[in-house]
Amino acid sequence: MSVAPVEIEQSDTDSVVVPDKPWVTIVWNDPVNLMSYVAFVFQKHFGYPREKATRLMTDVHEKGKAVVSSGTREEMERDVEAMHGYGLWATMQHDE
Amino acid sequence: MVATFRRARKGGVVATFGADEARVFRHVLLEMVELLGPDDTVEEDPLAAAVGIGTSTTTPDDPALARLFPDGYTDDADASADFRRYTEPGLRAAKREALQTALATLEEPGERVALTAEQAEAWLRALNDTRLVLGERLGVTETLEEVVAQLEDDDPRLGLFWVYDRLTYLQESLVQALWTGP
Repeated sequence: MSVAPVEIEQSDTDSVVVPDKPWVTIVWNDPVNLMSYVAFVFQKHFGYPREKATRLMTDVHEKGKAVVSSGTREEMERDVEAMHGYGLWATMQHDE
Repeated sequence: MVATFRRARKGGVVATFGADEARVFRHVLLEMVELLGPDDTVEEDPLAAAVGIGTSTTTPDDPALARLFPDGYTDDADASADFRRYTEPGLRAAKREALQTALATLEEPGERVALTAEQAEAWLRALNDTRLVLGERLGVTETLEEVVAQLEDDDPRLGLFWVYDRLTYLQESLVQALWTGP
């Protein structure tokens, strides 16, 4: 009977500072919001070029949802609040 | 006649509302103000209310209000409750204010309504919120035409669908009038 040497697990979790990122803001599709309005809001709030704003809107409409921004938890809370102010259905979550 | 917004030469947007149309819109906007409730619900904690923190932590029971104030987190009820406490009072006040701005500019039916860019954005938000609530009440789906086609001629919701449709048209014209960016 042999005793295998004990492996010492090296912990590296303390050596790396993990920033509080990335959190994401997701906008979900709903049957009421106008496509033009959703794209307009993306351009207005996030400052995205029209093309990107339109592409994100199309994703929301066709795929049911789209990640519209990412950043710290605090930043995403501001984005979600702004989306709710515009009447868009948005939630935030930790990126997987 | 169907009111639409157009970009004004001097900046801002203009629209002309017929008297009946203005009356109907005013009625609906007033109902929205009522739905949002009085200017801030008397909270048990006056200090919290003073700094814009509410005590409500649960999703509203009324599905229309739940649509206006959805949960903030995808899968975290506790975080959503906290988020609601910090954001809902401010959002509610802003939505109420946008509706009041729209109502104030609708005062003289038949007249040309000229809006500054700021007033136009208030209109945009007010129109969208109103459509969200009507859409929830009417059970609007992606296939609106099919829903309407299935209603009987004497269905009381027919009138509301008409209002919803007018508001949609008006909002679409406002987005196009405001969207000037690259």
